[in-house]
Amino acid sequence: MASSPVVEEKEIVEEVKPFVGNTRKVTAHLTQNEALTFEKSSPGKKAYKLPPLDVPEIDASALLGGAVREDAGYLPELSEIEIIRHFTRLSTWNYAIDLGMYPLGSCTMKYNPRVNEYVSRLEGIAEAHPYQPEHLSQGALQIIKTLQECLVEITGMDTITLQPAAGAHGEFTGILMTRAYHQSKGNPRKTVLVPDSAHGTNPATAAVVGYQVQNIKSNSLGMVDVAALEQLVTEDVAALMLTNPSTIGVFESEIADILHAKGALLYMDGANMNALVGKTRPGDFGVDVMHLNLHKTFSTPHGGGGPGSGPVACKAILEPFLPTPVVVENADGTLYFNYDRPQSVGRVRMFYGNFGMFVRALAYILANGPDGLRQTTEDAVLNANYIRKKLEDVYELPYKTPTLHEVVFSDRRQVARGVKTGDIAKRLIDYGFHPYTTSFPLIVPGALMIEPTESESKEELDLFVDAMRQVAREAEENPELVLNAPHSTRISRLDETTAARKPVLRWKPPVA
Amino acid sequence: MRYLPKSPADRALMLSEIGVSTIDDLFATVPAEYRLDHDLKIPRQLGESEIIDYFKQAAALNATGYASFLGAGAYRHYRPVIIDSLVQRGEFLTSYTPYQAEITQGTLQAIFEFQTMICELTGMDIANASMYDGSTGAAEAAMMAVRITGRDGVLVARSVHPEYREVMQTYAQHQGHTAREVDYNPIGSDNAGRIDLAALDAAVSDATACVLVQSPNFFGIVEDIPAAAEIVHRKGALLIVSIAEAVSLGIMRPPVEADIVSLEAQSFGVALSYGGPYCGVIAAKEKYLRQMPGRLVGETKDTKGRRGFVLTLSTREQHIRREKATSNICTNQALVALMTTIFLTVYGKEGIRELAVQNLAKAKYAADALSAVPEAKLLFENTPRFHEFVLQTEEPVEAVSARLLEKKIIGGLPLAKWYPELENASLWCATELTTREQIDSAALVLADASVTAGARS
Repeated sequence: MASSPVVEEKEIVEEVKPFVGNTRKVTAHLTQNEALTFEKSSPGKKAYKLPPLDVPEIDASALLGGAVREDAGYLPELSEIEIIRHFTRLSTWNYAIDLGMYPLGSCTMKYNPRVNEYVSRLEGIAEAHPYQPEHLSQGALQIIKTLQECLVEITGMDTITLQPAAGAHGEFTGILMTRAYHQSKGNPRKTVLVPDSAHGTNPATAAVVGYQVQNIKSNSLGMVDVAALEQLVTEDVAALMLTNPSTIGVFESEIADILHAKGALLYMDGANMNALVGKTRPGDFGVDVMHLNLHKTFSTPHGGGGPGSGPVACKAILEPFLPTPVVVENADGTLYFNYDRPQSVGRVRMFYGNFGMFVRALAYILANGPDGLRQTTEDAVLNANYIRKKLEDVYELPYKTPTLHEVVFSDRRQVARGVKTGDIAKRLIDYGFHPYTTSFPLIVPGALMIEPTESESKEELDLFVDAMRQVAREAEENPELVLNAPHSTRISRLDETTAARKPVLRWKPPVA
Repeated sequence: MRYLPKSPADRALMLSEIGVSTIDDLFATVPAEYRLDHDLKIPRQLGESEIIDYFKQAAALNATGYASFLGAGAYRHYRPVIIDSLVQRGEFLTSYTPYQAEITQGTLQAIFEFQTMICELTGMDIANASMYDGSTGAAEAAMMAVRITGRDGVLVARSVHPEYREVMQTYAQHQGHTAREVDYNPIGSDNAGRIDLAALDAAVSDATACVLVQSPNFFGIVEDIPAAAEIVHRKGALLIVSIAEAVSLGIMRPPVEADIVSLEAQSFGVALSYGGPYCGVIAAKEKYLRQMPGRLVGETKDTKGRRGFVLTLSTREQHIRREKATSNICTNQALVALMTTIFLTVYGKEGIRELAVQNLAKAKYAADALSAVPEAKLLFENTPRFHEFVLQTEEPVEAVSARLLEKKIIGGLPLAKWYPELENASLWCATELTTREQIDSAALVLADASVTAGARS
């Protein structure tokens, strides 16, 4: 009596129910609904109170003549509590590093320390006007100079500009400097070489600076094919834009000499610098010019897509071409901006760059010191290799080359059941993780690009591994479940085709 | 290291699971000759209190406690407290670009609201999710116009912020287009300080892709946008209006005659922060949508018919189009755009107008009070302006500024560096935060200066 029903029940379960994973990391909970502010607005509500005017009232129409406007259009009218709730509710619809692992490859979604935010809001820093007299800006100039010195030491380069506002802007600046360098030798050259594994910003940047883009195929190890490169590098080549470690996480070497032999420069996309800090320096392995992403490697927040900051470090041969102005020290130790730079590429941004991000990045460097930065890099590489080891039996590893801070799998095995990288990514959401980067780099069809960063504990990594393994099993035994994921979010998959075909890019008042 | 969540035992265990004995085994692909065998020469690891002390000391070396009349593309406005409370929520602060729409609806809906408010304020049909800042936005707007028209001539008013013009020049260098400047009407002429429309008319040709004017311009003067548009459009060129002081839109007529508007939205609740991060944005007529640079958020529906928002029209962008993209921009200024969205929601339809009117009133009082001093006069005095004005003093600006600094006042910005013809001229700005007392004190210092100068002569 005790044994037979149990056996029967087990058999039924195995026959009827396909595998559904156990989402250990998350439990569904309610989120608040919230309309657009415009839809909630009522005339007469206010969330502001200006002090009374202490000067005579004016007649705007008289002062501005025909340039005065009738009204400000459809701006919302709400009270303060409604605004707090509005944006707080919206915020709860977002995933964030503060909630859990965010393994987007090439994006370096690491912890954003809160002391960074605190110091960037100190009055003398947050309220500093870019045109206040230099002798009343010495603190800001010292922050710029100290960060520059730290980044020069970290990269092993000779000098740096902090002016570019983001990574792609840094690329633009670095390639402009490359062009100015070649021009100073009489010929700007024609071509920039870009590996097929590169970020899309690389070829876009080369085009903006007036270069033709030549793509280089990767070899069977996923690396730049050195023999092919030797064939391609001629006196017409201005530079190679190399991401190192590459977008599949592989360290590239043996490249600089080939370029330098023909007078071409080696540009390094520093997107993956989190694999190198404190362990090796681009300046030591032959890089001539590179950009950093302070919002990746140096912990300034991504903020839902910016602000970033993309300093460009270079060797002394490129120093004359840095954007204006540059920070210089007087004999008495005070600092000032030098605008007199006849060979400069010019200015790439007004004022001096995203200064608030410099403050945060410097706070991060000071919190780490040399030992902390090295440990950070080691932990980032340790985490990526741990994931690689724990998942390589269930996901295809297209390149077996040893990797550093990220690992790129492909969906080849899951595609057999109709499940693609984008589907696995969406199902991962149900397990409480942000997806990895999908479908990039382009050299890996159906790529799953995973960068855990150093900010994940072993416990969080084990949960991620567990989730990825369960999704792999679901793909095998219950593909529909994965294909229709996510199942637990406020909204399901969105109709992106209609969004692009019939764009609705703003709210409009209902027609009366 | 306090940010790293692993114990030594965790690390040892993970290494053994990977199957290596030391961490350096994982760096074996880095050739030995390139491996760093010593500590980086950077400051030692600091405790949190030491970090705060370091930055407090630096902050103390910057100007604090000064009354300031500086503007010129970076404006001091009151920033409602809730902006910082809300943008410091980790779900906004530590989220990535919203490519995974199902778990980033918060960011996406906020950007959609941002795009809508920018359209309402500028009178344009579409707006993007942000650009780096006003200067690069102006350069990208010109590149956009070159693509739309297939022409390569770019004309820029000399009354545009000098640093915007420098950035446009840098971008233009290798784009195959030429950027030429059009002067402003000189002191004493009709419409002094505005773009010289006769010169503009003469300069615009069938090869002109676009004309970029700023309004209010660098001198604070309101340009005649309808008149400029008429001239520009007659030759089939596009008019780009650059706006560096977004608060002006609360009371100024939107530049509806423009084809493209490039706005710097720093005034909407963004800290001065020594020049950045700020918030550029490009808005345009709908027909130019496919040439718009940067990210766009659109409304759509999910599989169950519920409203949702996505990044859309990405076939314009670098991650799809690579070297054929409309721009190389990737990361923009999303969190700063969120600050401006909250700011505009706080002030709303009535508040933004009231705020702009207060700015107008303060600047009028300041211009009158400062130019009432015998040895100081207002330049371009009869042309309408928003909250900035150019003051000419008998003494060099540096002498006046030094005297003002003694009273803890930072006076106007010297203009000689960019406009040598405007001798002893400085650009002053008053906002809602400028008090009558501060203005009166500055006027007293100027009067003192004139007394001193008078005594000397």
